[in-house]
Amino acid sequence: MTRLIEALLGRLPIGWLQLRHNRTRLIAAIAGVAFANLLVLMQLGFAFGLVRSVRLSYDQINADIIIAASDMNTMADASPVPRQRMFEALAVEGVAEATPLYYGKIDWKQPDGTIRTLDLFGIDPSARPFANAEVIAAQGELTLSDRAIIDRRTRNAPKEIFAGIDSGTPYTFEVKNRTLNVFRTFTIGGGFTADGYMIVSDQTFLKLFPQRAAGAPNFILLKLEPGARLAETAQRLRAVIPAYDSAVHTKEEIIRRDQAFQTTQRPVGVVFGFGVIIGIMVGIIIVYQVLSTDVADHIKEYATFKAIGYPNRFFLSIVFEEAVILGILGFVPGLIGSLGLYALVVRITGLPLEMTAGRALAVFVGSVIMCALSGAIATRRLNRANPAELF
Amino acid sequence: MSENAPPPILARALSHAFGTGEARRTVLHDIDLELRRGELTVLMGASGSGNPTMLTLFGCLRRVEEGSVQLFGAELGEATDEELVFHRRRLGFIFQAHNLHDSLTAMENVRMGLEVHGPAAAARWREAAAHVLTLLGLADRLDYRPQNLSGGQKQRVAIARALVGNPDIVFADEPTAALDKETGLQVVSLLRNLARERRTTTLMVTHDNRILDLADRIITLEDGRLVGDTRPAPA
Repeated sequence: MTRLIEALLGRLPIGWLQLRHNRTRLIAAIAGVAFANLLVLMQLGFAFGLVRSVRLSYDQINADIIIAASDMNTMADASPVPRQRMFEALAVEGVAEATPLYYGKIDWKQPDGTIRTLDLFGIDPSARPFANAEVIAAQGELTLSDRAIIDRRTRNAPKEIFAGIDSGTPYTFEVKNRTLNVFRTFTIGGGFTADGYMIVSDQTFLKLFPQRAAGAPNFILLKLEPGARLAETAQRLRAVIPAYDSAVHTKEEIIRRDQAFQTTQRPVGVVFGFGVIIGIMVGIIIVYQVLSTDVADHIKEYATFKAIGYPNRFFLSIVFEEAVILGILGFVPGLIGSLGLYALVVRITGLPLEMTAGRALAVFVGSVIMCALSGAIATRRLNRANPAELF
Repeated sequence: MSENAPPPILARALSHAFGTGEARRTVLHDIDLELRRGELTVLMGASGSGNPTMLTLFGCLRRVEEGSVQLFGAELGEATDEELVFHRRRLGFIFQAHNLHDSLTAMENVRMGLEVHGPAAAARWREAAAHVLTLLGLADRLDYRPQNLSGGQKQRVAIARALVGNPDIVFADEPTAALDKETGLQVVSLLRNLARERRTTTLMVTHDNRILDLADRIITLEDGRLVGDTRPAPA
């Protein structure tokens, strides 16, 4: 390693040799940077997991354009829209199909007494509102009253229940004073707002939520005719659909709107953002402490080098050399630790956490910049190295 | 080098003071001094006589404020910070404290005295560092770190670091303080031989009377004034 750094720098790698010489301090510094990296990677993992979980639920929906309430921010808080908008939309050039989608939440009481919250969709079984093949295969049977299909990745639900359903043994449970018969499963996975998903027919949905009206679904899903242009059709729809109660979004637009709201307006998204900032601050402080202590410990040696004729940039390069080395060495255990924790979190919560090469690279570059910033602050101590005081 | 070449050090009416206002204290008064090429000059004087200040002014470590100091004809009082750094590369410093880098081996510490001269000088660092350390009796300690060396060995490594770049002038502050008599004499003999062979100018602050016989010239400072300038008869 020494020879590699020497070859890269074209000089004796004093920074690396200094770090290596005091192993306790080096280990502490690497642990500190690794912890900062771990913190940042976990927070980013949660933040992107939130973004991904938002997309995951929309990705199941088979629609090019979605009409939602004009004040809708997220899927979970979408107010009902008049079903009339569906017929208005069908009259617009380019729109081929339209179907309502009802959304609500139910609590599924487990055999052990614990509660799982499910996102419940009410669909017209004769339409095709979901793209999920398992849902499409099962939705015909939803026409029967109080029949339901459930997400087998529902968080912390007994796996044997899903195994039983999949082997042909329907599962029944009480909810909202009705007995639901769950006869099939599909796969989506839990998000941040619910533990899993359940799909029923619109008629069953309205029985579960008697205060809801058939004429007021939460979403109207539109499919376009082959060859119809998405942006132009959306524009035509906006001209027709009254903006005071409804808004027309392309699927990508509604996903981005929901994601933006959840990451910047909801406490959970903001907390993840602050977590990243705190991780960076922790890293900067730890690396600054290590580097400034190191400079202070070698101030006489640096003064001697100044007397010999080394310019200031030489000392800056030593501090930055140390900073970059700490950034690199601290990143590796931080990455390994975060991969382990990602796997653990996924296993426990089912949240869609995934380490991407891009994120790892971004955090690595950020880690090196963070350390360099600490180094830049620590270099102020170099001014104390006065060779005139050596005599 | 021509005889008309400017002297290594030429000081005229050099004074220096620290502090301002009522706290101002003058430590050097109106010094006129010329150091010649190839001479080993011993600078004597009690503590507080201004010896360290004179070394720092001549060594480009402190800015000349009153009077004139010329280093090989270059006026130091007019030099920029960058020029002072550049001038220092022609000088060798031996401090009373060795100030060796604890994470570097003896060879690497000496290398630092060579690397400052650029990649060409650094390329031959192994032979050069080993040669000068061997001259100083440390051939079997090349890869030792300072914590594994005795006080005298550390001081010799520091001396090797000062000499490895073939400086034109060596400034030494009590270089034999940490050495036993025999090693001290060896070191001063080495400095004198350098003065003879390479025409290196050496200015050495010392209170060690044992080495005065090796000096070409002895100057004495007292309360910041030059009060003695003698040339001992050759032994």
